[in-house]
Amino acid sequence: MSKFQESLSRFCITAEIPPPKGADASSYLRIAEKTVGRVDGVNVTDNQRGMMRMSSLVFCKLLKDIGCEPIWQVACRDRNRLALQSDMLGAMAFGIENLCAMTGDFPTMGDNPDARPVYDLDSMQLLKAANDLARGVAMNGKPVKNVRPFFTGAVINPFYEPFELELLKTKKKIAAGARFFQTQPFFDIPSVEKFLGTVKGLDAAFLIGVTPLKGEKMITFLNEKVLTTPIPAEVTARITGAADQTREGLLAAAEFVNAMRNRAHGVHLMPIGQEENLPPLLDMIEAGK
Amino acid sequence: MALRYNALVIITKQKPFAEILKGVRGAQSLFIFGCGDCATLCRTGGEAEIAAMAEKLAAEGVTVTGGTVPHTTCHELDVQRIGRQFKEEIGKSGAILVLACGAGVQAVGDSLDKPVISGCDSLFIGNSKRQMNFYEKCSACGDCVLNETAGLCPETRCPKGLLNGPCGGAVRGMCEVDQTNKCVWIEIYERLKSQGRLDGLMEITAPKERRKANMPHKIEQPVRSAK
Repeated sequence: MSKFQESLSRFCITAEIPPPKGADASSYLRIAEKTVGRVDGVNVTDNQRGMMRMSSLVFCKLLKDIGCEPIWQVACRDRNRLALQSDMLGAMAFGIENLCAMTGDFPTMGDNPDARPVYDLDSMQLLKAANDLARGVAMNGKPVKNVRPFFTGAVINPFYEPFELELLKTKKKIAAGARFFQTQPFFDIPSVEKFLGTVKGLDAAFLIGVTPLKGEKMITFLNEKVLTTPIPAEVTARITGAADQTREGLLAAAEFVNAMRNRAHGVHLMPIGQEENLPPLLDMIEAGK
Repeated sequence: MALRYNALVIITKQKPFAEILKGVRGAQSLFIFGCGDCATLCRTGGEAEIAAMAEKLAAEGVTVTGGTVPHTTCHELDVQRIGRQFKEEIGKSGAILVLACGAGVQAVGDSLDKPVISGCDSLFIGNSKRQMNFYEKCSACGDCVLNETAGLCPETRCPKGLLNGPCGGAVRGMCEVDQTNKCVWIEIYERLKSQGRLDGLMEITAPKERRKANMPHKIEQPVRSAK
Protein backbone atom coordinates (compact mmCIF):
# COMPACT_ATOMS: atom_id res chain seq x y z
CA MET A 1 0.00 0.00 0.00
CA SER A 2 1.43 3.39 -0.92
CA LYS A 3 2.00 6.00 1.78
CA PHE A 4 -0.51 8.23 0.05
CA GLN A 5 -3.13 5.47 0.05
CA GLU A 6 -2.50 4.91 3.78
CA SER A 7 -2.97 8.61 4.48
CA LEU A 8 -6.53 8.45 3.16
CA SER A 9 -7.63 6.72 6.35
CA ARG A 10 -7.30 10.15 8.01
CA PHE A 11 -7.46 13.75 6.71
CA CYS A 12 -5.07 13.83 3.79
CA ILE A 13 -3.24 16.74 2.15
CA THR A 14 -1.75 16.58 -1.32
CA ALA A 15 -0.01 19.41 -3.16
CA GLU A 16 0.79 20.05 -6.78
CA ILE A 17 4.32 20.90 -7.92
CA PRO A 18 5.01 21.07 -11.67
CA PRO A 19 8.29 19.85 -13.18
CA PRO A 20 10.61 22.70 -14.17
CA LYS A 21 10.76 24.21 -17.64
CA GLY A 22 14.43 23.38 -17.96
CA ALA A 23 16.90 20.72 -16.90
CA ASP A 24 17.65 22.13 -13.45
CA ALA A 25 15.00 21.08 -10.94
CA SER A 26 16.77 22.43 -7.84
CA SER A 27 14.51 25.43 -7.15
CA TYR A 28 11.34 23.28 -7.21
CA LEU A 29 13.09 20.55 -5.21
CA ARG A 30 13.99 23.10 -2.52
CA ILE A 31 10.28 23.90 -2.20
CA ALA A 32 9.34 20.21 -2.24
CA GLU A 33 11.88 19.48 0.51
CA LYS A 34 10.00 21.83 2.83
CA THR A 35 6.81 19.79 2.33
CA VAL A 36 8.30 16.40 3.31
CA GLY A 37 6.35 14.90 6.21
CA ARG A 38 3.79 17.72 5.99
CA VAL A 39 1.85 16.62 2.89
CA ASP A 40 0.81 13.08 2.02
CA GLY A 41 1.49 13.26 -1.68
CA VAL A 42 2.97 15.58 -4.28
CA ASN A 43 1.19 15.67 -7.64
CA VAL A 44 3.53 16.08 -10.56
CA THR A 45 1.78 17.56 -13.58
CA ASP A 46 2.32 16.18 -17.09
CA ASN A 47 2.92 19.04 -19.54
CA GLN A 48 -0.05 20.78 -17.93
CA ARG A 49 -2.17 23.00 -20.18
CA GLY A 50 -0.17 21.58 -23.09
CA MET A 51 2.97 23.50 -22.06
CA MET A 52 6.25 21.63 -22.55
CA ARG A 53 8.15 20.89 -19.33
CA MET A 54 10.48 18.24 -17.89
CA SER A 55 9.10 14.68 -18.00
CA SER A 56 6.68 14.20 -15.13
CA LEU A 57 7.99 10.68 -14.50
CA VAL A 58 11.57 11.93 -14.16
CA PHE A 59 10.53 14.72 -11.79
CA CYS A 60 8.60 12.14 -9.73
CA LYS A 61 11.85 10.19 -9.35
CA LEU A 62 13.74 13.34 -8.28
CA LEU A 63 11.04 14.02 -5.67
CA LYS A 64 11.08 10.42 -4.47
CA ASP A 65 14.86 10.71 -3.97
CA ILE A 66 14.43 13.58 -1.49
CA GLY A 67 11.74 11.76 0.48
CA CYS A 68 8.52 13.01 -1.13
CA GLU A 69 5.59 10.73 -1.99
CA PRO A 70 4.99 11.45 -5.69
CA ILE A 71 1.61 11.17 -7.40
CA TRP A 72 2.42 10.76 -11.08
CA GLN A 73 -0.03 12.58 -13.30
CA VAL A 74 -0.38 10.94 -16.69
CA ALA A 75 -2.12 12.71 -19.57
CA CYS A 76 -3.43 10.85 -22.62
CA ARG A 77 -2.37 13.65 -24.98
CA ASP A 78 1.28 12.88 -25.66
CA ARG A 79 1.86 9.11 -25.66
CA ASN A 80 0.38 6.04 -27.31
CA ARG A 81 -0.27 2.76 -25.46
CA LEU A 82 3.26 1.50 -26.12
CA ALA A 83 4.88 4.56 -24.54
CA LEU A 84 2.37 4.74 -21.68
CA GLN A 85 2.87 1.13 -20.66
CA SER A 86 6.65 1.35 -20.89
CA ASP A 87 6.59 4.50 -18.74
CA MET A 88 4.39 2.65 -16.24
CA LEU A 89 7.01 -0.09 -15.96
CA GLY A 90 9.58 2.66 -15.51
CA ALA A 91 7.49 4.18 -12.72
CA MET A 92 7.30 0.79 -11.02
CA ALA A 93 11.09 0.46 -11.25
CA PHE A 94 11.44 3.92 -9.63
CA GLY A 95 9.08 2.87 -6.82
CA ILE A 96 6.45 5.38 -7.89
CA GLU A 97 3.16 3.92 -6.72
CA ASN A 98 0.50 6.57 -7.30
CA LEU A 99 -0.91 7.44 -10.71
CA CYS A 100 -3.46 10.11 -11.51
CA ALA A 101 -4.97 9.77 -15.00
CA MET A 102 -6.31 12.64 -17.06
CA THR A 103 -7.20 13.38 -20.67
CA GLY A 104 -4.91 16.39 -21.09
CA ASP A 105 -5.62 19.80 -22.65
CA PHE A 106 -5.53 19.85 -26.44
CA PRO A 107 -2.15 20.82 -27.97
CA THR A 108 -3.56 23.95 -29.61
CA MET A 109 -4.14 25.36 -26.12
CA GLY A 110 -0.47 25.03 -25.21
CA ASP A 111 2.95 26.17 -26.40
CA ASN A 112 3.41 23.51 -29.12
CA PRO A 113 0.15 23.96 -31.01
CA ASP A 114 1.35 21.92 -34.01
CA ALA A 115 2.11 18.81 -31.95
CA ARG A 116 0.24 15.67 -33.03
CA PRO A 117 -2.54 15.04 -30.52
CA VAL A 118 -2.21 11.37 -29.52
CA TYR A 119 -5.13 10.36 -27.26
CA ASP A 120 -4.60 6.71 -28.23
CA LEU A 121 -6.29 5.92 -24.89
CA ASP A 122 -8.78 7.97 -22.92
CA SER A 123 -8.54 8.39 -19.15
CA MET A 124 -10.78 5.39 -18.43
CA GLN A 125 -8.81 3.11 -20.70
CA LEU A 126 -5.59 4.45 -19.15
CA LEU A 127 -6.83 3.66 -15.63
CA LYS A 128 -7.76 0.15 -16.70
CA ALA A 129 -4.41 -0.35 -18.46
CA ALA A 130 -2.51 0.78 -15.33
CA ASN A 131 -4.48 -1.53 -13.03
CA ASP A 132 -4.18 -4.47 -15.43
CA LEU A 133 -0.43 -3.93 -15.78
CA ALA A 134 -0.09 -3.71 -11.99
CA ARG A 135 -1.54 -7.21 -11.77
CA GLY A 136 0.73 -8.48 -14.52
CA VAL A 137 -1.37 -8.19 -17.67
CA ALA A 138 -0.37 -5.90 -20.54
CA MET A 139 -2.89 -4.28 -22.87
CA ASN A 140 -2.35 -6.99 -25.48
CA GLY A 141 -3.51 -9.54 -22.91
CA LYS A 142 -0.03 -11.03 -22.47
CA PRO A 143 1.49 -11.57 -19.01
CA VAL A 144 4.21 -9.24 -17.70
CA LYS A 145 6.49 -10.41 -14.92
CA ASN A 146 7.90 -8.49 -11.95
CA VAL A 147 5.28 -5.80 -11.78
CA ARG A 148 4.39 -3.66 -8.76
CA PRO A 149 1.08 -2.29 -7.53
CA PHE A 150 -0.32 1.08 -8.53
CA PHE A 151 -2.75 3.21 -6.56
CA THR A 152 -4.75 4.99 -9.23
CA GLY A 153 -7.00 7.98 -9.31
CA ALA A 154 -8.33 10.69 -11.55
CA VAL A 155 -9.75 14.21 -11.58
CA ILE A 156 -13.31 15.48 -11.36
CA ASN A 157 -14.76 18.86 -12.26
CA PRO A 158 -17.52 19.61 -9.70
CA PHE A 159 -18.69 22.56 -11.78
CA TYR A 160 -19.17 20.59 -15.00
CA GLU A 161 -22.52 21.03 -16.72
CA PRO A 162 -24.43 18.75 -17.13
CA PHE A 163 -23.12 17.34 -13.83
CA GLU A 164 -25.07 14.09 -14.34
CA LEU A 165 -22.68 13.35 -17.21
CA GLU A 166 -19.60 14.10 -15.06
CA LEU A 167 -21.00 11.80 -12.38
CA LEU A 168 -21.57 9.05 -14.93
CA LYS A 169 -17.96 9.45 -16.08
CA THR A 170 -16.77 9.37 -12.46
CA LYS A 171 -18.58 6.08 -11.87
CA LYS A 172 -16.94 4.69 -15.00
CA LYS A 173 -13.54 5.84 -13.74
CA ILE A 174 -14.19 4.06 -10.44
CA ALA A 175 -15.15 0.91 -12.38
CA ALA A 176 -11.87 1.31 -14.31
CA GLY A 177 -9.87 1.44 -11.06
CA ALA A 178 -9.89 5.04 -9.75
CA ARG A 179 -9.72 5.06 -5.95
CA PHE A 180 -9.16 8.77 -5.41
CA PHE A 181 -10.29 11.95 -7.14
CA GLN A 182 -8.79 15.40 -7.01
CA THR A 183 -11.17 18.23 -7.79
CA GLN A 184 -10.91 21.61 -9.44
CA PRO A 185 -10.49 24.37 -6.84
CA PHE A 186 -13.38 25.36 -4.62
CA PHE A 187 -13.63 28.79 -3.01
CA ASP A 188 -16.69 28.45 -0.79
CA ILE A 189 -17.92 25.83 1.69
CA PRO A 190 -21.56 25.51 0.51
CA SER A 191 -20.35 24.45 -2.97
CA VAL A 192 -18.14 21.77 -1.36
CA GLU A 193 -21.02 20.47 0.74
CA LYS A 194 -23.30 20.36 -2.28
CA PHE A 195 -20.63 18.50 -4.26
CA LEU A 196 -19.87 15.98 -1.51
CA GLY A 197 -23.60 15.26 -1.32
CA THR A 198 -23.64 14.31 -5.00
CA VAL A 199 -20.69 11.88 -4.72
CA LYS A 200 -21.78 10.37 -1.39
CA GLY A 201 -21.72 6.59 -1.47
CA LEU A 202 -19.18 6.34 -4.30
CA ASP A 203 -16.27 4.02 -3.51
CA ALA A 204 -13.44 6.55 -3.76
CA ALA A 205 -11.81 9.37 -1.77
CA PHE A 206 -12.51 12.93 -2.92
CA LEU A 207 -9.76 15.46 -2.28
CA ILE A 208 -11.10 19.00 -2.42
CA GLY A 209 -9.07 21.34 -4.62
CA VAL A 210 -7.70 24.46 -2.89
CA THR A 211 -5.91 27.30 -4.68
CA PRO A 212 -4.52 30.28 -2.74
CA LEU A 213 -5.41 33.47 -4.58
CA LYS A 214 -2.41 35.74 -5.00
CA GLY A 215 -4.30 38.83 -6.00
CA GLU A 216 -6.47 40.46 -8.62
CA LYS A 217 -4.33 39.36 -11.58
CA MET A 218 -4.53 35.69 -10.60
CA ILE A 219 -8.28 35.92 -9.95
CA THR A 220 -8.79 37.31 -13.46
CA PHE A 221 -6.52 34.62 -14.96
CA LEU A 222 -8.38 31.81 -13.17
CA ASN A 223 -11.79 33.17 -14.05
CA GLU A 224 -10.87 33.57 -17.69
CA LYS A 225 -8.58 30.62 -18.39
CA VAL A 226 -9.06 27.86 -15.84
CA LEU A 227 -12.37 27.83 -14.01
CA THR A 228 -15.78 27.03 -15.41
CA THR A 229 -17.51 28.82 -12.50
CA PRO A 230 -16.15 32.22 -11.41
CA ILE A 231 -14.68 32.82 -7.96
CA PRO A 232 -17.39 34.13 -5.55
CA ALA A 233 -17.49 37.94 -5.30
CA GLU A 234 -17.02 37.99 -1.50
CA VAL A 235 -13.81 35.94 -1.80
CA THR A 236 -12.51 38.28 -4.50
CA ALA A 237 -13.41 41.27 -2.30
CA ARG A 238 -11.57 39.81 0.71
CA ILE A 239 -8.35 39.33 -1.26
CA THR A 240 -8.40 42.51 -3.31
CA GLY A 241 -9.35 44.60 -0.25
CA ALA A 242 -6.33 43.44 1.78
CA ALA A 243 -3.11 45.41 2.19
CA ASP A 244 -1.04 42.27 1.55
CA GLN A 245 -3.08 40.37 -1.06
CA THR A 246 -0.73 37.37 -1.27
CA ARG A 247 -0.78 36.85 2.50
CA GLU A 248 -4.56 37.29 2.65
CA GLY A 249 -4.94 34.70 -0.12
CA LEU A 250 -2.79 32.22 1.79
CA LEU A 251 -4.68 32.87 5.04
CA ALA A 252 -8.02 32.35 3.28
CA ALA A 253 -6.75 29.10 1.73
CA ALA A 254 -5.44 27.84 5.10
CA GLU A 255 -8.78 28.60 6.77
CA PHE A 256 -10.53 26.79 3.94
CA VAL A 257 -8.31 23.72 4.35
CA ASN A 258 -8.97 23.55 8.08
CA ALA A 259 -12.70 23.94 7.47
CA MET A 260 -12.51 20.81 5.33
CA ARG A 261 -11.15 18.64 8.16
CA ASN A 262 -14.53 17.44 9.36
CA ARG A 263 -16.12 17.49 5.92
CA ALA A 264 -13.90 15.80 3.29
CA HIS A 265 -11.37 12.96 2.91
CA GLY A 266 -8.73 15.57 2.30
CA VAL A 267 -7.57 18.49 0.22
CA HIS A 268 -5.45 18.97 -2.88
CA LEU A 269 -3.39 22.19 -2.86
CA MET A 270 -2.80 23.75 -6.28
CA PRO A 271 -0.66 26.88 -5.94
CA ILE A 272 -0.69 27.45 -9.77
CA GLY A 273 2.44 29.50 -10.42
CA GLN A 274 3.22 30.40 -6.77
CA GLU A 275 4.79 27.13 -5.63
CA GLU A 276 7.17 29.14 -3.41
CA ASN A 277 4.14 29.95 -1.24
CA LEU A 278 3.45 26.29 -0.51
CA PRO A 279 5.66 26.10 2.64
CA PRO A 280 4.16 29.29 4.21
CA LEU A 281 0.68 27.98 3.35
CA LEU A 282 1.49 24.75 5.20
CA ASP A 283 2.72 26.86 8.17
CA MET A 284 -0.62 28.66 8.28
CA ILE A 285 -2.61 25.43 7.91
CA GLU A 286 -0.66 23.82 10.77
CA ALA A 287 -1.00 26.96 12.95
CA GLY A 288 -4.78 27.03 12.45
CA LYS A 289 -5.37 23.33 12.96
CA MET B 1 -36.23 14.85 -55.64
CA ALA B 2 -32.64 14.20 -56.63
CA LEU B 3 -29.98 16.59 -55.41
CA ARG B 4 -28.29 18.65 -58.11
CA TYR B 5 -24.90 17.88 -56.57
CA ASN B 6 -23.24 15.31 -54.33
CA ALA B 7 -24.01 15.80 -50.64
CA LEU B 8 -20.71 14.30 -49.48
CA VAL B 9 -17.51 15.87 -50.70
CA ILE B 10 -13.79 16.02 -50.21
CA ILE B 11 -13.39 19.61 -49.13
CA THR B 12 -10.53 21.56 -50.63
CA LYS B 13 -9.13 25.05 -50.31
CA GLN B 14 -7.04 26.71 -53.01
CA LYS B 15 -3.45 27.27 -51.96
CA PRO B 16 -2.29 30.89 -51.87
CA PHE B 17 -1.31 31.92 -55.42
CA ALA B 18 2.30 32.58 -54.38
CA GLU B 19 2.56 28.98 -53.18
CA ILE B 20 1.10 27.67 -56.46
CA LEU B 21 3.63 29.79 -58.40
CA LYS B 22 6.43 28.32 -56.27
CA GLY B 23 5.19 24.85 -57.28
CA VAL B 24 5.35 25.84 -60.95
CA ARG B 25 9.15 26.01 -60.56
CA GLY B 26 9.74 28.07 -63.65
CA ALA B 27 7.67 26.00 -66.09
CA GLN B 28 6.83 28.28 -69.04
CA SER B 29 3.53 26.61 -69.89
CA LEU B 30 0.86 24.68 -67.98
CA PHE B 31 -2.18 22.56 -68.69
CA ILE B 32 -4.90 22.79 -66.00
CA PHE B 33 -7.12 20.03 -64.64
CA GLY B 34 -10.10 20.93 -62.50
CA CYS B 35 -12.69 18.51 -61.17
CA GLY B 36 -16.41 18.52 -61.95
CA ASP B 37 -17.27 16.91 -58.67
CA CYS B 38 -16.00 17.98 -55.23
CA ALA B 39 -13.70 20.83 -56.33
CA THR B 40 -16.49 22.37 -58.40
CA LEU B 41 -18.79 22.20 -55.39
CA CYS B 42 -16.11 23.81 -53.17
CA ARG B 43 -15.45 26.43 -55.87
CA THR B 44 -11.77 25.56 -55.95
CA GLY B 45 -11.50 23.71 -59.29
CA GLY B 46 -14.61 24.30 -61.40
CA GLU B 47 -14.87 26.02 -64.81
CA ALA B 48 -14.85 29.51 -63.24
CA GLU B 49 -11.80 28.81 -61.07
CA ILE B 50 -9.84 27.30 -63.98
CA ALA B 51 -10.53 30.43 -66.06
CA ALA B 52 -9.54 32.74 -63.21
CA MET B 53 -6.35 30.75 -62.58
CA ALA B 54 -5.43 30.87 -66.30
CA GLU B 55 -5.76 34.67 -66.18
CA LYS B 56 -3.58 35.01 -63.08
CA LEU B 57 -0.94 32.71 -64.56
CA ALA B 58 -0.92 34.65 -67.83
CA ALA B 59 -0.26 37.84 -65.84
CA GLU B 60 2.84 36.12 -64.43
CA GLY B 61 3.99 35.19 -67.93
CA VAL B 62 2.98 31.53 -67.74
CA THR B 63 1.21 30.24 -70.89
CA VAL B 64 -1.81 28.06 -70.33
CA THR B 65 -1.97 25.55 -73.17
CA GLY B 66 -5.45 24.33 -72.26
CA GLY B 67 -7.67 23.13 -69.48
CA THR B 68 -10.44 20.71 -68.67
CA VAL B 69 -12.90 19.95 -65.90
CA PRO B 70 -13.55 16.18 -66.06
CA HIS B 71 -16.70 14.68 -64.53
CA THR B 72 -14.37 13.49 -61.73
CA THR B 73 -10.58 13.66 -61.61
CA CYS B 74 -10.04 10.70 -59.28
CA HIS B 75 -11.01 8.07 -61.87
CA GLU B 76 -7.60 7.06 -63.15
CA LEU B 77 -8.68 5.31 -66.37
CA ASP B 78 -10.84 8.31 -67.20
CA VAL B 79 -7.87 10.63 -66.61
CA GLN B 80 -5.82 8.53 -69.05
CA ARG B 81 -8.61 8.86 -71.64
CA ILE B 82 -8.69 12.64 -71.13
CA GLY B 83 -4.91 12.62 -71.53
CA ARG B 84 -5.33 11.14 -75.00
CA GLN B 85 -8.12 13.61 -75.82
CA PHE B 86 -5.89 16.60 -74.92
CA LYS B 87 -2.66 15.01 -76.16
CA GLU B 88 -1.54 18.07 -78.11
CA GLU B 89 -2.26 20.70 -75.41
CA ILE B 90 -0.72 18.57 -72.66
CA GLY B 91 2.25 17.80 -74.90
CA LYS B 92 3.01 21.52 -75.31
CA SER B 93 2.89 22.13 -71.52
CA GLY B 94 5.81 21.89 -69.13
CA ALA B 95 3.62 20.65 -66.28
CA ILE B 96 0.00 20.03 -65.27
CA LEU B 97 -1.64 22.13 -62.56
CA VAL B 98 -4.45 20.26 -60.81
CA LEU B 99 -7.15 22.21 -58.99
CA ALA B 100 -8.72 19.29 -57.13
CA CYS B 101 -8.15 17.23 -54.00
CA GLY B 102 -4.94 15.28 -53.37
CA ALA B 103 -6.57 12.17 -54.83
CA GLY B 104 -7.17 14.05 -58.09
CA VAL B 105 -3.59 15.38 -58.16
CA GLN B 106 -2.23 11.86 -57.76
CA ALA B 107 -4.64 10.37 -60.31
CA VAL B 108 -3.20 12.83 -62.84
CA GLY B 109 0.40 12.31 -61.73
CA ASP B 110 0.05 8.50 -61.84
CA SER B 111 -1.76 8.49 -65.20
CA LEU B 112 0.01 11.10 -67.35
CA ASP B 113 3.71 11.49 -68.01
CA LYS B 114 4.13 15.13 -66.91
CA PRO B 115 5.22 16.87 -63.71
CA VAL B 116 2.12 17.59 -61.64
CA ILE B 117 1.46 20.64 -59.43
CA SER B 118 -1.12 20.65 -56.67
CA GLY B 119 -3.16 23.84 -56.50
CA CYS B 120 -5.28 22.93 -53.47
CA ASP B 121 -5.03 21.67 -49.91
CA SER B 122 -7.44 18.83 -49.11
CA LEU B 123 -9.16 19.43 -45.80
CA PHE B 124 -11.74 16.77 -44.91
CA ILE B 125 -14.68 14.61 -45.96
CA GLY B 126 -17.55 17.06 -45.62
CA ASN B 127 -21.28 16.77 -45.18
CA SER B 128 -23.05 19.72 -46.77
CA LYS B 129 -26.06 21.52 -45.43
CA ARG B 130 -26.27 24.30 -47.98
CA GLN B 131 -23.91 25.79 -50.57
CA MET B 132 -20.39 26.41 -49.22
CA ASN B 133 -21.28 25.10 -45.73
CA PHE B 134 -19.43 21.89 -44.97
CA TYR B 135 -19.12 19.85 -41.77
CA GLU B 136 -16.73 17.02 -40.90
CA LYS B 137 -18.68 14.17 -39.36
CA CYS B 138 -16.88 11.01 -40.52
CA SER B 139 -13.12 10.49 -40.77
CA ALA B 140 -13.15 6.95 -42.21
CA CYS B 141 -11.43 5.44 -39.15
CA GLY B 142 -12.25 1.87 -40.15
CA ASP B 143 -13.73 0.98 -36.73
CA CYS B 144 -17.19 2.55 -36.55
CA VAL B 145 -18.64 3.24 -33.08
CA LEU B 146 -21.84 5.01 -34.18
CA ASN B 147 -24.05 2.20 -32.84
CA GLU B 148 -22.83 2.94 -29.33
CA THR B 149 -22.88 6.73 -29.57
CA ALA B 150 -26.40 7.56 -30.74
CA GLY B 151 -25.18 8.01 -34.31
CA LEU B 152 -22.79 10.88 -33.44
CA CYS B 153 -19.10 10.19 -34.10
CA PRO B 154 -16.78 11.06 -31.19
CA GLU B 155 -13.74 9.86 -33.14
CA THR B 156 -14.31 12.74 -35.58
CA ARG B 157 -16.40 15.32 -33.76
CA CYS B 158 -14.40 15.24 -30.50
CA PRO B 159 -10.92 16.64 -31.28
CA LYS B 160 -9.50 14.15 -28.76
CA GLY B 161 -11.48 11.23 -30.19
CA LEU B 162 -12.56 10.17 -26.70
CA LEU B 163 -14.63 6.99 -26.52
CA ASN B 164 -15.86 6.94 -22.92
CA GLY B 165 -17.36 10.36 -22.38
CA PRO B 166 -16.24 13.98 -22.52
CA CYS B 167 -13.04 15.49 -21.17
CA GLY B 168 -13.51 18.05 -18.42
CA GLY B 169 -12.78 20.99 -20.68
CA ALA B 170 -16.14 21.97 -22.14
CA VAL B 171 -16.98 25.64 -21.58
CA ARG B 172 -20.73 26.17 -21.15
CA GLY B 173 -21.30 23.03 -23.21
CA MET B 174 -18.98 24.16 -26.01
CA CYS B 175 -15.75 22.37 -27.01
CA GLU B 176 -12.58 23.77 -25.38
CA VAL B 177 -10.73 23.41 -28.68
CA ASP B 178 -13.24 25.32 -30.83
CA GLN B 179 -15.87 27.09 -28.80
CA THR B 180 -18.14 27.46 -31.85
CA ASN B 181 -18.76 23.68 -31.67
CA LYS B 182 -21.01 22.03 -29.11
CA CYS B 183 -19.19 19.24 -27.21
CA VAL B 184 -20.22 16.12 -29.14
CA TRP B 185 -20.20 14.05 -25.94
CA ILE B 186 -22.82 16.36 -24.44
CA GLU B 187 -24.82 15.89 -27.66
CA ILE B 188 -24.42 12.09 -27.41
CA TYR B 189 -25.51 12.22 -23.77
CA GLU B 190 -28.54 14.40 -24.53
CA ARG B 191 -29.62 12.27 -27.49
CA LEU B 192 -29.26 8.98 -25.59
CA LYS B 193 -31.09 10.49 -22.60
CA SER B 194 -33.98 11.65 -24.77
CA GLN B 195 -34.16 8.16 -26.28
CA GLY B 196 -34.06 6.51 -22.84
CA ARG B 197 -30.80 4.72 -23.68
CA LEU B 198 -28.34 6.26 -21.18
CA ASP B 199 -27.52 2.89 -19.56
CA GLY B 200 -25.35 1.96 -22.57
CA LEU B 201 -22.96 4.82 -21.68
CA MET B 202 -21.90 3.09 -18.43
CA GLU B 203 -20.03 0.38 -20.34
CA ILE B 204 -16.32 1.04 -20.72
CA THR B 205 -15.49 1.09 -24.42
CA ALA B 206 -12.20 -0.67 -25.15
CA PRO B 207 -9.34 1.16 -26.88
CA LYS B 208 -9.70 1.39 -30.65
CA GLU B 209 -8.10 -1.09 -33.00
CA ARG B 210 -5.95 1.58 -34.61
CA ARG B 211 -4.44 -0.81 -37.14
CA LYS B 212 -7.75 -0.62 -38.99
CA ALA B 213 -6.96 3.02 -39.74
CA ASN B 214 -3.41 2.36 -40.95
CA MET B 215 -2.73 3.86 -44.36
CA PRO B 216 -2.64 3.41 -47.28
CA HIS B 217 -5.93 1.54 -47.57
CA LYS B 218 -6.94 -0.36 -50.68
CA ILE B 219 -9.69 -2.68 -51.79
CA GLU B 220 -9.20 -5.01 -54.75
CA GLN B 221 -12.28 -7.14 -55.13
CA PRO B 222 -13.38 -9.10 -58.16
CA VAL B 223 -16.40 -7.49 -59.81
CA ARG B 224 -19.46 -9.71 -59.76
CA SER B 225 -22.00 -9.23 -62.49
CA ALA B 226 -25.30 -7.80 -61.28
CA LYS B 227 -28.28 -10.08 -61.71
